[in-house]
Amino acid sequence: MHRRLFRLAGGALAACLVSLSAQAAGDPEAGQQIVMKGDGQGAPCVACHGLDGAGNDAGGFPRLAGMDADYLAHQIRSYNDGSRVSPIMQPNVTKLSEQQIQDVAAYYAGQEVVASTQPAEPDAAEMALGRKLVERGDWSAYIPSCDSCHGPGALGVGADFPMLAGQHPTYIAQQLRAWQAGTRHNDPNLLMTGVAERLSDAQIDAVAAYLSRLPVTVSGGQ
Amino acid sequence: MKTTWYAMLLALVAAPLQAQDVKVPVNLPPMPEGKYVHEAPTLEDLEADESINPELKKVILKGRDMFINTQQFRGEYVFNDLSCSSCHLGEGKLNWSGPVWPAVTTLPDFRGKNQHVNSLEERIAGCFSFSMNGTPPEYGSDDMLALAAYHQWVATNAPVYERNIGGRGFGHLGREMPADISYEKGQVVYEANCAICHGEDGAGQKKDGQVVFPPLWGDGSYNWGAGMVRVYTAASFIKNNMPLGKPGSLSDADAWNVALYINSQERPQDPRYTGDAKETREKYLNFHKYSMYGTERDGRTLGQHDNTGSKPFLKPAALKPRTFE
Ligand code: HEC
Ligand code: HEC
Ligand code: HEC
Ligand code: HEC
Repeated sequence: MHRRLFRLAGGALAACLVSLSAQAAGDPEAGQQIVMKGDGQGAPCVACHGLDGAGNDAGGFPRLAGMDADYLAHQIRSYNDGSRVSPIMQPNVTKLSEQQIQDVAAYYAGQEVVASTQPAEPDAAEMALGRKLVERGDWSAYIPSCDSCHGPGALGVGADFPMLAGQHPTYIAQQLRAWQAGTRHNDPNLLMTGVAERLSDAQIDAVAAYLSRLPVTVSGGQ
Repeated sequence: MKTTWYAMLLALVAAPLQAQDVKVPVNLPPMPEGKYVHEAPTLEDLEADESINPELKKVILKGRDMFINTQQFRGEYVFNDLSCSSCHLGEGKLNWSGPVWPAVTTLPDFRGKNQHVNSLEERIAGCFSFSMNGTPPEYGSDDMLALAAYHQWVATNAPVYERNIGGRGFGHLGREMPADISYEKGQVVYEANCAICHGEDGAGQKKDGQVVFPPLWGDGSYNWGAGMVRVYTAASFIKNNMPLGKPGSLSDADAWNVALYINSQERPQDPRYTGDAKETREKYLNFHKYSMYGTERDGRTLGQHDNTGSKPFLKPAALKPRTFE
């Protein structure tokens, strides 16, 4: 009896949450305004992430175009709650409301991905090591393949496992080291933490180089 | 002498430091002393080994590809969403994740599950028939030989008929379910730790039609005759392999709770079904006494149905007794 009541209540709550998130879905046009002008205090997003949302390797600015909207929104909230620390990025989003966060996320998620140019091709041995980690992992150090969570071709799976293909190598390497240093700990259930802390320096560089050269196809398919 | 000192010092200093630093430790059971611990060869070893005939290399690699991407045989040998490597992690080499090579060095042998002496091919056929809800490649066929060649290569240098094997199977939680294990607690564990990948409904997740996170119940999962339906087998697998990348992070009790939860959900019929789940349970009680098959849950008998998933038959022809007469 009790259990049934609980289930009913749980079901109603879940239904509410679904309709709430459907209502509150971001408005990409409102998002574009914010991207061009900023949050009213920090710099406009385009200053670093570019007009095309492609970011920039040398600056350590990630590509945002074509990434999952809920993933991006979660990252902005993470900068604001301190579970992800970046003195460069964080000041630009402190003034955004929850609705505005969803708006910018929706804008970037819908933006077309342009092929980005990466620094000079690393040597074949480094690429081979990167490929091995992405497709097979390194079980001798208990590292599952990146693809086993980030999906085939590292193109991402839903809101929790972001696309890594075609991301800038400097940024990828920085994030893996941020997990090691503890300045990023916003991953659900520490699922990425364990993997990141087992990677060696050489593995981080190799995997960043390899991932940055994987082709991006945004299909939105589940 | 010097190096020994150095190593001891390092061990003393490094061990506590590491334990503090690491946020997600790899908590696998210690390897009991006196066991044979296998070092499986790597793909790089295979590529570099000039003593292996190139044609054999090709066949081993084909077997490896069949093992990790078994979905290429969907609708032929496989009728669910799994690959062999979904349960045998690390390409079938990882300890405590059902490493497959012991089948090469311990078979032919008698198996309780089918009550006769089995070959390696029959062992592989067993996982196709139950775990993959399918039907095996024909005995002696190119596909079967390629898989067998892969298994045998993984067993390179392991002693034949050695039975004292470390890390075999999935682990160490024992066969008897502790008393205070419950479905309700299992559901809580599931929603907090597993649903993010395997889905609220246990159906797993696909991306562009490719399986990323395999289903734990329902039509796309292992059938009611698979080793994984034994609650103790699932509990040990989960304890030492799940959540992915975080082995040993659940308590023993929570591994049991969640194993009971996922194995109390519906899945495709046991190929040995007689038409009555309770009767089938009794007939194969040496196996099903550890599963929830044929027991009651929410007023229904688990496994009392004709659903074979996407498989258009119940029992693969390869499942037949041997008498050696
Ligand atoms: C001054 C440069 C700068 C500006 C302006 C800026 N960002 Fe960033 N952004 C960065 C950097 C650098 C990072 C990576 C920081 C880190 O290491 O976490 C980043 C990371 C992000 C991420 C995380 C991406 C991922 O893949 O996890 C999001 C989302 C983001 N920025 C959104 C925005 C939005 C929205 C704005 C405008 C409101 C904005 N940024 C303005 C520099 C900037
Ligand atoms: C067990 C699952 C799992 C595996 C395996 C895994 N990841 Fe992740 N990864 C995650 C999750 C979850 C996140 C999202 C964290 C968040 O929400 O902030 C993530 C995020 C990341 C990010 C941050 C992306 C961004 O845009 O900021 C990088 C980089 C990354 N992973 C690299 C890797 C690499 C490289 C590998 C393989 C060596 C790997 N991951 C394997 C779960 C995993
Ligand atoms: C749903 C999970 C699952 C899948 C998928 C699966 N297996 Fe298994 N496999 C098991 C279980 C459970 C055992 C028994 C382990 C034990 O006894 O503890 C096993 C045992 C084995 C063994 C014997 C290992 C030994 O120690 O003797 C071999 C060989 C094997 N499987 C091969 C395969 C092959 C080949 C495939 C793919 C066609 C496959 N398995 C798919 C669950 C699975
Ligand atoms: C980060 C994602 C992730 C999480 C979280 C996770 N799993 Fe898995 N699980 C996987 C993947 C991926 C596989 C297949 C292994 C492979 O392909 O490398 C798998 C395989 C399995 C299997 C065997 C294959 C099958 O489909 O039956 C079982 C059983 C299982 N998981 C149970 C669980 C349980 C129980 C939990 C929670 C305690 C859990 N998993 C948490 C990703 C995950």
